[in-house]
Formats: sequence, structure tokens, C-alpha cells
Amino acid sequence: MSGRVDSGMAGGSVVTKIVIYGLLLFFALLFLTPLFVMLVTSFKSLDEIRDGNMLALPQNFTIEPWLKAWGTACIGLTCGGIKGYFGNSIEMVVPAVTISTLLGALNGYVLTKWRFPGHKMVFALMLFACFIPFQAVLIPVARVLGLVGLSGTVGGLIVVHVIYGLGFTTLFFRNYYEAFPSELVRAAMIDGAGFWQIFWRILLPASGPIIIVTVIFQFTNIWNDFLFGSSFTASESVPMTVALNNLVNTSTGVKEYNVDMAAAIIAALPTLFVYVVAGRYFVRGLMAGAVKG
Amino acid sequence: MAFLEIKNLQKRYGKVDVLKGIDLDLDKGGFLVLVGPSGCGKSTLLNAIAGLETISGGDILIDGNVVNDLRPSMRDIAMVFQSYALYPNMTVAQNMAFGMEMRGVPKPEREAAVQRVAKLLQMGHLLERRPSQLSGGQRQRVAMGRALVRDPKLFLFDEPLSNLDAKLRVDMRTEIKKLHAATGTTIVYVTHDQIEAMTLATKIAVLRDGLLQQVGTPHEVYNRPANLFVAEFMGSPSMNLLTAKVAAGKGGMMLELAREHDAPILLRVPSSVVQTKLAAGQEVIVGIRPEAITDPDGADRNSTLVETVEAKVEVVEPAGSDTYVVTHAAGREVIARMRGDADVRPGQRIPFAFDLGRAVLFDPKTQVRLA
Ligand SMILES: Nc1ncnc2c1ncn2[C@@H]1O[C@H](COP(=O)(O)OP(=O)(O)OP(=O)(O)O)[C@@H](O)[C@H]1O
Ligand SMILES: [Mg+2]
Repeated sequence: MSGRVDSGMAGGSVVTKIVIYGLLLFFALLFLTPLFVMLVTSFKSLDEIRDGNMLALPQNFTIEPWLKAWGTACIGLTCGGIKGYFGNSIEMVVPAVTISTLLGALNGYVLTKWRFPGHKMVFALMLFACFIPFQAVLIPVARVLGLVGLSGTVGGLIVVHVIYGLGFTTLFFRNYYEAFPSELVRAAMIDGAGFWQIFWRILLPASGPIIIVTVIFQFTNIWNDFLFGSSFTASESVPMTVALNNLVNTSTGVKEYNVDMAAAIIAALPTLFVYVVAGRYFVRGLMAGAVKG
Repeated sequence: MAFLEIKNLQKRYGKVDVLKGIDLDLDKGGFLVLVGPSGCGKSTLLNAIAGLETISGGDILIDGNVVNDLRPSMRDIAMVFQSYALYPNMTVAQNMAFGMEMRGVPKPEREAAVQRVAKLLQMGHLLERRPSQLSGGQRQRVAMGRALVRDPKLFLFDEPLSNLDAKLRVDMRTEIKKLHAATGTTIVYVTHDQIEAMTLATKIAVLRDGLLQQVGTPHEVYNRPANLFVAEFMGSPSMNLLTAKVAAGKGGMMLELAREHDAPILLRVPSSVVQTKLAAGQEVIVGIRPEAITDPDGADRNSTLVETVEAKVEVVEPAGSDTYVVTHAAGREVIARMRGDADVRPGQRIPFAFDLGRAVLFDPKTQVRLA
């Protein structure tokens, strides 16, 4: 890649190069500044924050704010830090991502390899679900959750996220499986494999890239969701994002910026982790879908 | 009773008629090749036999049992696909054993069967590889192995060689033929390569637009094509088809082929046609294969119907073992096949020996062969 850029620029001037890299560097720094401020702030004591420069490195390095954010900060009326809510989020995000990904794969499988009359219509309706704004369904969803006895629980939140994610996951898998050779499915049928065996043994093992794309997409969306989290949960079952908001907006006492920053970084860590681990497959998977689909 | 019987088979996609009443049968151990141009319904017919497509009418019987509504896995068939369709996430051995695994065959038995077939196809060293680590020819071999390993009643092949290069295709063709001779399996084989059809088949079915044109042995289809379509489709270069007029001559009816700037060619009526059925003045199409037009030395000495005609050479196409010589008659190119070392140059006038013992006549209106 860089080789191609170099050779393409060989005739061009050094100035062009300097301008391009200068701009890239400038914007990179610009976008990194907030993260930098968060990081340094989270390691400063409150006094230092009050007196010093926002961009300065911490003079007296302390991890006290992190410990407090995790274990003892007061959110609402309880003072147990964010760890419980972090747990809530994990408890919500793992099943929600797993179920919506599996169901999306299953939908994609049926919509491409077991076509039935009206399959186009069904797919169109599922796609439509991707475009319904969250706000429009809040009240109906709350009502339904209430009727089935799931309001205010993590379980209810999982159901909502699974249903809302289904449109996207189905879209991803349908496009991926559309390019998957049907002859393989036919060969498996002749070999005596049934509906589920073909799915588990033939399709899923070949779905690595699209599974990663879907998992990252669903994980970030569900982990970062605030609206559903704040609408459908009771105080003890709120997810991380809502707890963070409550922590930052607590009006009593002094504002502990360092604790807030530490909590915010903790809240962002899982998505960061997923990107670092699976990020390069993400781009690869998107490309695969784009080229073949 | 035949082993595979197809009776009045029809297939429609919505309003599109793809198969319009196919009647076919094949004996146990036979090798049926379906040929025809692209889109004529070969794959559809094969998939219908496999049970991968539902049928709109008619019956399919395998070994005396109607299988119309049986699932593919219940028909006891194996299929080799054009793309080979090897499971990418499994090794060669797992690919071959998958069908038996799905049928609940115990592991030791599966492994023994895989070993046996791997030995037969000489691919023991490939068993632990994945399909992506194989060459095209090796993949083809594995696909055949996967079909063979289960020992089914009927094998279906859908253009299994069309993804291979020319040399490999010829090798694999021979291999399939040997395999068929060695194992005595019953095979239905789709191809649009008529040489493949000729070399492999015990029975050829020529299909066009969902209708059977002719069913017969390779010899019959090649030498006695049922109509103009089959005549043109089978053989390469294809049969010369020349419009002629029937004229009454001294010794009976003669065929007169007009030529530009030259006297018309007069030929006797081929032995495949009853002379008395022809009327003077009637138009017919003479079908004569390039190898039945030769230099006089190369003509069949046993044939009593060789006519030698002088004509001007237009093009010479050496093809190694033979030389194809093109001349003109009845408004069309006529291709003759001469010896590889024949000394012929464009512009020369040379004698061409027409072997009418191997010619056929067609009715230009109905396109059907005259008998
Ligand atoms: N699902 C379908 N819906 C409508 N028409 C179809 C469908 N599948 C096949 N056809 C039509 O049926 C006809 C026969 O198709 P088929 O695949 O059997 O041809 P083929 O003889 O195998 O050709 P080829 O040599 O190119 O493989 C074609 O005209 C095709 O357009
Ligand atoms: Mg085909």
C-alpha cells in the first residue's frame, strides 16, 4: 500500500507529502486529545485538577479515582461503585449478542437456502425494522414488557435488544449466505444432512468473518445503548451506560472529575477490547460481504 | 425392467416450461449421457432425478420404486457437482465420510470405506488435506471419491470436467471410463461436450429446449441422427448439411448439388434411404460427415457408394493427424477430412471422394431424417 503511494507520488512534490501527512497528524492529535485528557485526569487528585492545567501530566500519580469509581462511588442512593452495573451490562450484552447473532444466521440461512414463497417480503419487513427509530417504539415496548412480566429486568432488556438487532444481523448473514454456494447445501442434502445439520456443520463453520462483523456491531451497539437501558430497567438492573450517567449527574457534594473520567474509561473498555481483538477481521469481513454480495 | 425409468417428466418454473415430457430409461450398469446446448434443461433433469428439484408432472422410478416424493437422501444416489461442492471446513477424509456419518455408519466402517476408495482413486496422500489445499484435478477426484464411497444405486454427474483444463479433462475422462468399467455402476452424466458424450456413454440422450431429440447408442446418434439439430450438434467439426435437389437419372434417383462457377455435383442416393420414396424435383438436405469426404486413396474400400468429384480447394486447415480441406457446394462450405500428410494447397482442383454409404438425408421442412 505504502509502496503504491510512494511510487504514485514520486513525480509529485515533497510539499504534497508534507501537507498530507501534516493534516493526518493534526487530525489524529485532535481526535486523541479528549482521550488524553480523560486518561490524565483520571490519574490526578482532585486538588491537582482544580489548580493545574487540563493537559498537564499528573504530578502525583494516583489510582485512587479508579478504585473509587469501580468499588465505592455513590450512584443514586447506594455507594458500591460501578462494578455491579458493569456486571449488569455483561449479563445483558453476552446473551443479547449471542442470541441475536445466532438468530440472524438462522434467518439468513433460511432466506437464502430454504426459500419459501414470500421470502422477499419477509426480508423486506426485517430490513424495515432497521429503520424504525428507537423513540417510536418505547411506549409499545414498555407496555408489552409489562404484559409479559419482564419490565424492569435485565431479561426484558435482552429481549428488546435481540428483537431490535435482528434486522441488522439478518441483513448481514443473508448477504453473506447469498454468495455461499448452494451446491454445497445440495451436496449435503444428498449426503443425508438435515436442516440443522447443514446449518451447524456446513454453513456456520464457513461463517467466521461475518460472525465477527455481527458480533462487533451488536456488541458495540448494545453495550453503548442508553435509551433502552434507561427506559426499561429499574434502579438495580440498569446497565453501565445509565449508571455512568447517574454517577456523573449526581448533584450532591463536589464534582469528582477524576472518578467520572475513570468510570467513563472503564465503561468504554469492553468495546475497545473487542475492537482490538477482532478489529482486523471486522474490515476483512465487511470487504468479503461487499465484494461478493 | 429398466433400472432408472423416467416417464413423461415435466418441470415448470411458474409459466416457464423447462422440461416438456421426458421419457427415458437406463439399464443397470449403463452410462447415460445427457447432452444439449446451454439452457436446454440438462441440469434440471438431473436435479429432478436427484430430488433437488420438485417435478411438475410424470414419474421417476429408481430400481422399480417411484421416488417422486422422496427426499434426495432417501433415493440412494450420489452426485458430483460441476463446482465439486467439497465442504471447505472439512478434510478430504471428512468430506468423504460425511454422507456415511449422516447415515449413522459406525466410525471404523467409515474409515475402512474411505481407505478403500482412496486406494481405488490413488489419493491416499490427500486424505488429511483441506479442499483449499488441492489442485483442480485433485478436487475433482475427491468429489468422485465422495460419491463412490457410499456405494449408491445411481451416480449423477453434472458437468464434472468442465472446470478442468483440456489435458486434465481428457485424462479424467479416461479415468471415469475405467472406473465405470471396473465398478459397473449406473451413471447419469450431464455434459455439453459432445466428445465426452461419445467416449463415455453407452446411451446418449440429446436434449433441446426441454424436449428429447434422440436417444440411442453413441454410434446411432452419430451416424443416424434423428434430425438436423442432432446432426449439427454431435461431432466436431460438425456434419456438412447441403441442400440438394432430387433428379431422375439413368440408374435411379440422383442428388444434384448446385455450385457457383462450376458444374453441379451429382451424387447417388445414400444407402440409408429407400430410393422409391423420393420424388424427382424434391428438395432434400444431404448430411455427410467430414470424415466421409476424403481424398480418393483415403476412401473406404468396402463402400460401394463412393463418388469422386473434382472441386476447388478454398481453405486448408492442418490439424496434425488430419488435414481439413474446405470447398464450396450448394451455397455452403463443405469440410472434408484428408490424411495428415495430404499435399493440398488452396486454389487447387482436386478430387474429393464422397462416401454415400455414410451419408443421410433430411427433409428440409420437418428437419427429420428420411429413411
Ligand atoms: N429457478 C428457476 N426459475 C426459472 N427458470 C429456471 C430456474 N432454473 C432454471 N431455469 C431455466 O431452466 C432452463 C434450463 O436450465 P438448466 O440449468 O437445466 O440448463 P442446462 O441445460 O443445465 O444448461 P447449462 O449447460 O448451461 O448448465 C434454463 O432456460 C433456465 O433459465
Ligand atoms: Mg447445467
